[in-house]
Amino acid sequence: MTGLRLAAVLIAVFTASFALAQGDGRRSGYQDMSPALQKMQDDDTANPAMLFVQAGASAWTEKAGAAGKSCADCHGDASSSMKGVAARYPAVAPETGQPVDLEGRINLCRTTRQLADPLAAESDGLLALGAYIALQSRGQPIAPPGDPRLSSLRAEGADLYKRRQGQLNLSCANCHDDNAGRKLAGASIPQGHPTGYPIYRLEWQALGSLKRRLRNCVVGLRAEPWPYEAREYLALESWLMVRARGLAIDAPAVRP
Amino acid sequence: MNTRRPEPRGATPRLSEAKSRDPFCGRQKRGPSATLGATALCRRVFLASAAAVTIMPFAVHATPEALAAAIKEVTGDAPLREGKVTLDVPPLVENGNAVPLTVSVESPMTAGDHVKAIHVFNEKNPQPHVFNAWLSPANGRAVVATRIKLADTQKVVAVAETSKGEFWTVHADVIVTIAACIEGVT
Amino acid sequence: MANVLVNAPKTAKKGQVVEIKALIMHVMETGFRPGTNGRIIPRNIIEDFSATWNGREIFRMKMSPAIAANPFVSFSAVASESGIIAFRWSGDEGFVAAHQVDITVT
Ligand code: HEC
Ligand code: HEC
Repeated sequence: MTGLRLAAVLIAVFTASFALAQGDGRRSGYQDMSPALQKMQDDDTANPAMLFVQAGASAWTEKAGAAGKSCADCHGDASSSMKGVAARYPAVAPETGQPVDLEGRINLCRTTRQLADPLAAESDGLLALGAYIALQSRGQPIAPPGDPRLSSLRAEGADLYKRRQGQLNLSCANCHDDNAGRKLAGASIPQGHPTGYPIYRLEWQALGSLKRRLRNCVVGLRAEPWPYEAREYLALESWLMVRARGLAIDAPAVRP
Repeated sequence: MNTRRPEPRGATPRLSEAKSRDPFCGRQKRGPSATLGATALCRRVFLASAAAVTIMPFAVHATPEALAAAIKEVTGDAPLREGKVTLDVPPLVENGNAVPLTVSVESPMTAGDHVKAIHVFNEKNPQPHVFNAWLSPANGRAVVATRIKLADTQKVVAVAETSKGEFWTVHADVIVTIAACIEGVT
Repeated sequence: MANVLVNAPKTAKKGQVVEIKALIMHVMETGFRPGTNGRIIPRNIIEDFSATWNGREIFRMKMSPAIAANPFVSFSAVASESGIIAFRWSGDEGFVAAHQVDITVT
């Protein structure tokens, strides 16, 4: 049995046990934060990520590209059309038959629907739209689609998640499964669920994507981070969403 | 290249041991806490030295003398008394880049008796000043909240100046820990 | 135009003390941090923040590099009369931003 196939089988088992979403001990990183940071996240008039949400809301209605269309021209009111969307991605784009994450999906609309340039990875424009769309899924359970075209990607992600890497020779699982809830120096190790992305991370003093967060963990392992467009992130993101199935979206989150 | 694995749990050195040897990981929460191969990991994960530079909000430090001088600038020769001021700041923060802080002062906020200004200082950032806020009876309540940067575990001082020329003060200690898995300079 | 998020009640009873919160997008670069090239990144902060109620100043704050990025400030005010609460931020590199909200006092 190849590693990948084994991982695929494991996912099936894992996913089944996750069907009991409640009371299985899984928790958002929100619950590992101090009351002061929880309060910062909860208060929309104080959460700095809301500045980006506001920018995203206005970008939503701005016409762009050769098509001269805004997101709203096709999608209407985001509070209904985008509800639950962030809880499903990565998903397969019907146009290409390829898996994309939410940022990839936004850029697909930029390039194929608006006929505009794609927004750069980690640019304020992309993060703002992502935050605005993610906000529409607040409280929605993470619900990765049951699309078989995502299986191999998820298996790759699960495999990466368990693979030891970097000079520290640790896997994601060593921290986020085996040592979650414990301390690494001063920081609590969260379970590593992608419930709040994009997040306003105090360390960055800015909003950032799940990819940026993953890059930080890879650098933390003293491994060379993959470039932003690498398939590894998409694979990890896909697996992390399966692993977090049923947890509520709490985007845009604040994290230390 | 050392590819050491985390030590088994029972054999984990206490954080306090790592602390004395490691300038960076020394700024962590004190007291008992479960650790993950603290010494090895702490040094390796956190002492990525390039990253160390970027995560410090400040590179140089003010002194207690600078703090005292900055307070003196505000109070002049008037006596500084403890009381009336409340400084609401978390005792332990996960990241010093944005520490929520609220200063409130007991005051009727009337024309004859109100808080004119609230000044906040710190001990170890490169400059002792954090902010000065000017108030009047139009505020109704002498309360100001903001978020501040703290370069290190340190003391924060609030001073309130009343319309009667009195100065009231309070201070709080904040322990600042360091975020994990930060990015290097890329 | 700077991105600003102000929260104040739209209506209040005369004499009521209301809470006003203001957030603004700004890097608040301290002027003490070395950049990737090892050289200090020049200071770029908001230094002054003020609020007026129908033109009368009700709050002013002088910020230092120790104010967190994307500054958040909250303070209170006595609802005096219907009108406009106006906010102004200014600082390094010619930074100026303004915002206003309407309030009805009954
Ligand atoms: C010209 C019309 C058009 C414009 C403009 C447009 N989109 Fe889309 N978008 C679509 C279509 C059509 C789909 C669905 C593709 C499919 O299912 O075949 C889609 C899908 C999406 C999805 C995935 C929805 C889901 O349920 O999975 C997101 C997110 C999205 N668009 C965001 C945006 C954003 C953000 C913008 C503006 C930057 C935008 N779109 C602009 C037509 C448009
Ligand atoms: C050495 C331990 C360690 C390893 C190994 C590690 N991480 Fe992390 N990870 C952390 C810590 C600690 C945090 C929280 C950092 C903080 O808040 O300061 C974190 C945060 C996260 C988060 C954010 C969770 C949230 O609430 O937003 C995700 C997602 C994540 N890690 C995924 C991964 C993945 C995927 C890998 C493998 C490539 C990995 N991590 C490897 C320690 C680790």
